[in-house]
Amino acid sequence: MEGGVVLLDFWASMFGMRVRIALAEKEIKYEYSEQDLRNKSDLLLQMNPVHKKIPVLIHNGKPICESLVQVQYIDEVWNDQAPLLPADPYKRATARFWADFVDKKMYDSGSRIWKTKGEEQEAAKKEFIENLKLLEGELGDNLYFGGEGFGYVDVALVPFYCWFYAYEQCGNFSIEAECPKLIAWAKRCMQKESVAKSLADPEKVYEFLLQLKKAYGIE
Amino acid sequence: MAEEVVLLDFWASPFGIRVRIALAEKGIKYERREEDLRNKSGLLLQMNPVHKKIPVLIHNAKPICESLIQVQYIDEVWHDKAPLLPADPYKRATARFWADFVDKKIYEVGGKTWKTKGEEQARAQKEFMESLKLLEGELGDKAYFGGENLGYLDIALVSYYCWFHVYEKFGGFSIEAECPKLTAWAKRCMQKESVAKSVPDQQKVYEFALHLKKILGIE
Repeated sequence: MEGGVVLLDFWASMFGMRVRIALAEKEIKYEYSEQDLRNKSDLLLQMNPVHKKIPVLIHNGKPICESLVQVQYIDEVWNDQAPLLPADPYKRATARFWADFVDKKMYDSGSRIWKTKGEEQEAAKKEFIENLKLLEGELGDNLYFGGEGFGYVDVALVPFYCWFYAYEQCGNFSIEAECPKLIAWAKRCMQKESVAKSLADPEKVYEFLLQLKKAYGIE
Repeated sequence: MAEEVVLLDFWASPFGIRVRIALAEKGIKYERREEDLRNKSGLLLQMNPVHKKIPVLIHNAKPICESLIQVQYIDEVWHDKAPLLPADPYKRATARFWADFVDKKIYEVGGKTWKTKGEEQARAQKEFMESLKLLEGELGDKAYFGGENLGYLDIALVSYYCWFHVYEKFGGFSIEAECPKLTAWAKRCMQKESVAKSVPDQQKVYEFALHLKKILGIE
């Protein structure tokens, strides 16, 4: 009954990784289509005319855009295995809150670590670590943000892990030193096949970031 | 089981308005508490320590934060009447996509139409109108974004309607002239009791904005 699934994506995108993980958790076969972001394909522009961004999930020819909307869609359609959102409405609201927190805070503060220098960079590093500490607090003594099982918030956050090495190199700091619990959680997630095969290689991400810096004219 | 629902709110907040409409649609009795945003209450800081913002929905003493998450929570807990999100997963994903678009585009860009001047203001106005036109396209010939009845996206957007007047007056442009269909939709929503009793008087919002402009030092 379930038809063709296509994912328009970019290898280093944390947002794309979220969708790859969700599809892998549900064991969904799909076609992965790597996009050139400096020369966007007609299909991408047609399927996401509003934002013109990846990832775009195409199911039975119909597009779904925005990574967290896509993860929820996957969870609702393929509801027979590996539930990502909890069944309880309050726990669901809490999971959505923290995924939204990741969206609002992590990408922005992380980006400022590699885009800035001096005082601005120090402020970005401080904010980034503070945000990670808040997430550590929410994780508590649980194995995953989803409790016993891997869930929505884990999917939303773990892709950033493969960018940590790049941030550390650019910012000259150690994330593990400040947030050991969070790194332990990330390594635990990496033992899952769905995560390990979806995240990019941190060294390759760092090389890509160096290229981006050059392209942006950042020293 | 007695349900205790409290809403920490601010009268002019579009985000607070969303929650008021959702609670009214479901016929839920609740206690609304007006917050002084320059002197936040101990309860607000305790219930939303991460963002320290309103609205905060407190259900049986447990807080839920972020307006769209609150609306979804209300829809899921009080699911016996007035469904806000569609049943079909694809339609649900579409509603979530456009509500996210409203969050990304209307609030910030709308704010820029009156907080800035000259070229920046002109650019903001252009982007704002383009965003409204895209929403008009999504509405099509439907009575509401939700179809026959008021739904999730209607609530996400109509909450800004009382601020459109402010944008128009400060910006010297007419939303109705450029987006007649959207204006007709907003007036249709305003005829519903749940919306009419949840939105503040436009003139009061305008006076508040004038006051804000003075405080923010905007000429």
